[in-house]
Amino acid sequence: MILAVASGKGGTGKTTVSVNLARMLGANVQLLDCDVEEPNAHLFLRAEPNAQTVVTIPVPQVDEGLCDGCGACAEFCEYHAIVCFGPTPLIFAEMCHGCGGCAMVCPHKAITETDKRIGMVETVQAQDITLIQGRLDIGVAMAPPLIRAVKARLQDGIPAILDAPPGTSCPVIATLRSSDFVVLVTEPTPFGLHDLKLAVEMVRELGIPFGVVVNRYGVGDNRVHAFCSEQQIPVLLEIPDDRRIAEACSRGELIVDALPEYRGLFQSLIDKTMHRQKVGIA
Amino acid sequence: MKIAFTTSGNELAAPLDTRFGRAPRFLIYDLEGETLELVNNQQNLNAAQGAGIQSAGTAARSGAQALVSGHCGPKAFRVLQAAGIRVFYSNTSTVAEALDAYRQGTLVESKTADVDGHWE
Repeated sequence: MILAVASGKGGTGKTTVSVNLARMLGANVQLLDCDVEEPNAHLFLRAEPNAQTVVTIPVPQVDEGLCDGCGACAEFCEYHAIVCFGPTPLIFAEMCHGCGGCAMVCPHKAITETDKRIGMVETVQAQDITLIQGRLDIGVAMAPPLIRAVKARLQDGIPAILDAPPGTSCPVIATLRSSDFVVLVTEPTPFGLHDLKLAVEMVRELGIPFGVVVNRYGVGDNRVHAFCSEQQIPVLLEIPDDRRIAEACSRGELIVDALPEYRGLFQSLIDKTMHRQKVGIA
Repeated sequence: MKIAFTTSGNELAAPLDTRFGRAPRFLIYDLEGETLELVNNQQNLNAAQGAGIQSAGTAARSGAQALVSGHCGPKAFRVLQAAGIRVFYSNTSTVAEALDAYRQGTLVESKTADVDGHWE
């Protein structure tokens, strides 16, 4: 079971939901921090990484002796990482997504690939929770290959919770692909609703079953609930707008540890999502 | 010789666009023939990234040997250099004024980009 926790708007509580679910599960669980531009789940687990691996992507290099400047590589590249206006192509490695297409289309076999470092994958063991997090290098603007490297560490047979980056762009898609269920965390504000609608469109396009968690329930208005009911989207959980929750989070504490009265809430979310076969949410 | 000017308009009196990568079009002026043509650069307006590189490619394909714009970033500059296009910066308000300045020789050719890339 792979559960992804996403949102349109940032700062709605994806990590809060992810880490509390992981702890509440009370069994071996893999927690993947896929927000590789600013991983923060580790702040709640208080453990040091016990393994680090460098992640690279293949970027092209041109053998000028073999290149005749035909420009087939530049024509192929969707990301303008290669342009060809002189005797040999210019390469912008920071634009390259590492697909390898340029080397394949080169009629003179003048392009080979070399590894370019983009970041690290780190593993943190905190009791039952195995946290696997990506950490994109500063100055690198290429999150999806690192997210795929984080997900490549997933082990079959152990439940997994994926903490997604905010938004609806490529890094989020890279995170959500191949997950079994998506929880969309939002807040009951106009901004929360606006971005929730974008996130709903995205998840529907991906064809993954999903439901909504409303965080800071009590602020704002009821338009998120109205939208969900009109669209027949299950509201799986409402987390109250409780100052003590914010205080616990600001100290790096888990809600289920600091405020045990909320354990039932997170347990119900596990029942409705990770164990959803049993309760029949499609 | 042809010179490319970045602009949002379609005549010499039109404003000189200070952006290079996301300028809506190029006005290509032929100094000898005193004729102009317009080259669309709209494909870049919504590009997430690589607008400067693509824009430089468009300028190169236009046959221009010089470019006059407000600014140019490092990636675009590398492409323009590879394509043998000389780069001039101008802060005049219209294409016509920039052209006059070029003719009078008051525009200085730049050997570097004058702004950082968006991620640098």
